[in-house]
Amino acid sequence: MTSDSGVRVADLKESRGVKAFRIFNLVFLLAVVFLTLYPFLNIIAQSFSSEGFINAGQVNLFPRGFNVETYKLILADGTFWNNYGNTVLYTVVATAISMVLTTSFAYAIAKKDLKGRSLFIGIAVFTMFFNGGLIPNYVLISSLGMRDSIWAVVLPNAISVFNLLIMKSFFENMPRELEEAAAIDGLTQYGVLFRVVLPLSKAIVATMVLFYAVANWNSWFQAFLYLDKPELFPVTIYLRNMIAGVTTAGSAGGTVENVGQIAANIQSVTIVLTVIPILCVYPFVQKYFFSGVMLGSVKE
Amino acid sequence: MAMRLEIPPEAVTADQPRGAEPPRNKPGGWKLAIKRDWRLYTLLVLPLLYFAVFRYLPMAGNVIAFRQFQPGGSIFGEKWVGLKYVVLFINDPSFWQAFQNTIMLGVLTLLFCFPMPIIFALMLNELRSQKFKKFVQTVAYLPHFMSVVIIAGMILQNFSMTGTVNQIANTLFGTTVNFTQDAAWFRPMYISSEVWQTMGWGAILYLAALTRVDESLYEAARIDGANRWQQTWHVTLPAIRPTIITLLILNIGTFMAVGFEKILLIYNPLNYETSDVISTYLYRVGLESSNFSYAAAIGMFESVIGLTLILSANAISKRLAGTSLW
Repeated sequence: MTSDSGVRVADLKESRGVKAFRIFNLVFLLAVVFLTLYPFLNIIAQSFSSEGFINAGQVNLFPRGFNVETYKLILADGTFWNNYGNTVLYTVVATAISMVLTTSFAYAIAKKDLKGRSLFIGIAVFTMFFNGGLIPNYVLISSLGMRDSIWAVVLPNAISVFNLLIMKSFFENMPRELEEAAAIDGLTQYGVLFRVVLPLSKAIVATMVLFYAVANWNSWFQAFLYLDKPELFPVTIYLRNMIAGVTTAGSAGGTVENVGQIAANIQSVTIVLTVIPILCVYPFVQKYFFSGVMLGSVKE
Repeated sequence: MAMRLEIPPEAVTADQPRGAEPPRNKPGGWKLAIKRDWRLYTLLVLPLLYFAVFRYLPMAGNVIAFRQFQPGGSIFGEKWVGLKYVVLFINDPSFWQAFQNTIMLGVLTLLFCFPMPIIFALMLNELRSQKFKKFVQTVAYLPHFMSVVIIAGMILQNFSMTGTVNQIANTLFGTTVNFTQDAAWFRPMYISSEVWQTMGWGAILYLAALTRVDESLYEAARIDGANRWQQTWHVTLPAIRPTIITLLILNIGTFMAVGFEKILLIYNPLNYETSDVISTYLYRVGLESSNFSYAAAIGMFESVIGLTLILSANAISKRLAGTSLW
């Protein structure tokens, strides 16, 4: 057990310093954990607290003056449910479109002998460093007649070049022999993609679906720019309007005297309800994204 | 047979094994390539259309910065007005204030948000317990997956008069500060929330790089009598240097694009003095006041600076460190 190799001796010599560092490190990392979680715990606590305590600045980690009235209020608000439904719809449609475009492009440019390949890659990569800017985009979407329609939300950001590159390198790493064998067995390039490559790419496909779905669930700016009708809003706009003080939970909060303060409570409830789906997929995101990011970005 | 193999007959010559690619870069190469790979090219059509319409058309749309735009008119504007709008923003004090704020926030972000993930990754790497390491990581990534709207909500609540930050300030100093409405406090508020948001996620690539540091290097260093600190300084840091430089280039490239969406959500007229950045200014000028051409001129200026920054950062790092993005 206690060998007297050079390594051990060195470790023993500086054991006091090492110990001090270990304790410091542990404290530092625990502090990071606490500081990261605190705002979330605080929001949850506020969502279950009564206005009086929030108003007095007495809500920290635990609810004070437990109340679920606001949850009932929000859950009974038709606008909230309508907007929540919109978010689900936009997320599903946008993710589907993104996956089709990203997969087909990534598969083609992963073929190292495809003529014009570097041109196609260049076309995509250049957009990472230069973009048209807010105004030309706005004018474009408006003149395409996409305002106040789902397309303004699901199309403009359909391809994330970052995701595209991750998928490309995944496909590049597929054994070539596999595809050649499939081709010899008579599969066309479509056949190879659908019957050989995609079934073997479940991990990367799942990663990409999660990346896109989370991004779409969280997005608000496209909707904020291009949607004027409240019945088209995603739930992020519902929340944004609440934060900006444009509305206080639809018509729900009207009877309360302290509008400013009930807003804090309603905001917290809305935040909690909006975050729940993300927290549900979070373990899966965790599981997949690491390998996904690794695939795409580090290859020195 | 040849059809099913996707190899046109003329590509299969005597000295070429079956399945090998046809010669490239020859006259008629495209014809051959399309004949062989037309299915792959069809896969490219929709995505290329996407890039053309939603990425490149807006770039071309920037010409409205030099043309008079009329609402409802052509996206390229109606008539040439030369540098009118460029001259306009160069003489606009509000623009220069936004410019200054952008630089300021960009520098602060680089100063605080860039090194933190490296430090965090190095400290995580020192942990022996893999379980605890995973737990810390899992928690630290969380903010990255939250909508900026939710982040903004949390910032405004935590920094509100009754929020946690003021509770602490009250306990420690007996005073409260109206953080969200005081121009002097905008930068600390923005930067601290930015660090909170990005530190965990930013550490991923460094952690990955750290797992690939050769163990024998540490062993050699230990035999040479290096302590932990010296090992970190002489082995770990040099090993992750390419990653650091790559990310530094990327960070410098996005220097001007400071958190537009977040600022738009948390700023207000009371702190414009420090919070208004180029992108928020052009948002107000362009979309709230409908001066499209003027705002496009500002936006183009911003994009060009961004592109210049990333190109120069890349060139400098290529020359000095031998690492570059391309």
